[in-house]
Amino acid sequence: MIEDKNRKREIIVKRVAKELKDGDLVNLGIGMPTLVANYIPEGIDIMLQSENGFVGLGPAPDEANIDPDIVNAGAQPATVVPGAAFFDSATSFGIIRGGHLDVTVLGALQVDQEGNLANWMIPGKMVPGMGGAMDLVVGAKRVIIAMEHTAKGNPKILKKCTLPLTAAGQVDLIVTEMGVIEKTDKGLVLTEIAPETTVEEVLAATEADLIISENLKEMDI
Amino acid sequence: MNKIKSIEQVLEHIHDGMTISVGGFLACGTPETLVDAIIEKGVKDITLICNDTGFPDKGVGKWVVKGMVKKVIASHVGTNPETGRLMNTGEMEVELVPQGTLAERIRAAGAGLGGVLTPTGIGTVIEEGKQKINVEGKDYLLELPLKADIALVKGSKVDKKGNVYYKKSTKNFNPLIATAADLVIVEAEEMVEVGEIDPSDVMTPSIFVDMIVEGRK
Repeated sequence: MIEDKNRKREIIVKRVAKELKDGDLVNLGIGMPTLVANYIPEGIDIMLQSENGFVGLGPAPDEANIDPDIVNAGAQPATVVPGAAFFDSATSFGIIRGGHLDVTVLGALQVDQEGNLANWMIPGKMVPGMGGAMDLVVGAKRVIIAMEHTAKGNPKILKKCTLPLTAAGQVDLIVTEMGVIEKTDKGLVLTEIAPETTVEEVLAATEADLIISENLKEMDI
Repeated sequence: MNKIKSIEQVLEHIHDGMTISVGGFLACGTPETLVDAIIEKGVKDITLICNDTGFPDKGVGKWVVKGMVKKVIASHVGTNPETGRLMNTGEMEVELVPQGTLAERIRAAGAGLGGVLTPTGIGTVIEEGKQKINVEGKDYLLELPLKADIALVKGSKVDKKGNVYYKKSTKNFNPLIATAADLVIVEAEEMVEVGEIDPSDVMTPSIFVDMIVEGRK
């Protein structure tokens, strides 16, 4: 089992990056998902969307090159790549809901075996608002959850989410530091397992029913 | 018709209890000169329509901190701890709306639509109290139009007739709110002569704009 926080993150974001295909339009959520951009495989050309109103999000600028008119969806200074385009919020979410966004990568508080996702509030504690998350999860062709497998040792992959949902039944893939889990018609299937990790450890850290793939592979990172 | 006004002239139209929509995404593209002028006037009991509540010291977040807001309709309030505090104590009402739905509700109001059908929010708390409509086998929520008394828009370049051009990611909700209010006020970062914005580059046509004020430099 991998314990080091930074190594966990690196494994997760590297593995998520391998899911991206040439030509994909991708929206990366705030936090860990943002780091996926650093590991896009060679020869793969993807376009990143920033839901506050553009496609063609580039790397963060250095101090000297900050343009106050370009921020990402987390209000951080941002840049655009050649070929980028700006638009208003209705167009931005038209792209998201309209089937034009290939992949969204988000974190999660909880995911369950029905593909339900909870990542926007903890009643009585944290109510920041859903921002664009509900639209992203409903609209993207593929929803990938990038998260640590447990929170302080407690499972986050559950039989049924207990927190208010972001969307019902929309999750396609869960990538954690322990493995890769696919949502299928039969339920959640563990298809890949991380190095230094056993199936027993994954099962112990997962509350949901987990089907172990007959072709279980070591995680491709 | 002369749409160019002083801040004082504009403020005469802004009163306690009004519903005010404000452009900007986490204060990028927010008309800060107008926001500050409304603080100085001391307007109260505002119903605020905005993507978010900015930051305590930036954008419409300043209104929240000053206790000027009765109700917020926004998609995200997490960057302004004061919004959360006032929400928890019950001093301010907060209606959270998914960002894409907020954009479409405003657009619907400006476009004369009775609402929009969106799949966003199905199976979540967002569907509570809303009409669910099945179209060709798929469930949608009926989301109703959202109109303001006053829209405060930030334009990067505004000609003296009121045609507006928005730079980069300052666009966000600005062109939408400009279509959906009784009185639309644009703060010009740069005011130019009529004709200086190529008609093909106009993003909000002047017909939507009632008043123009020059933003502070």
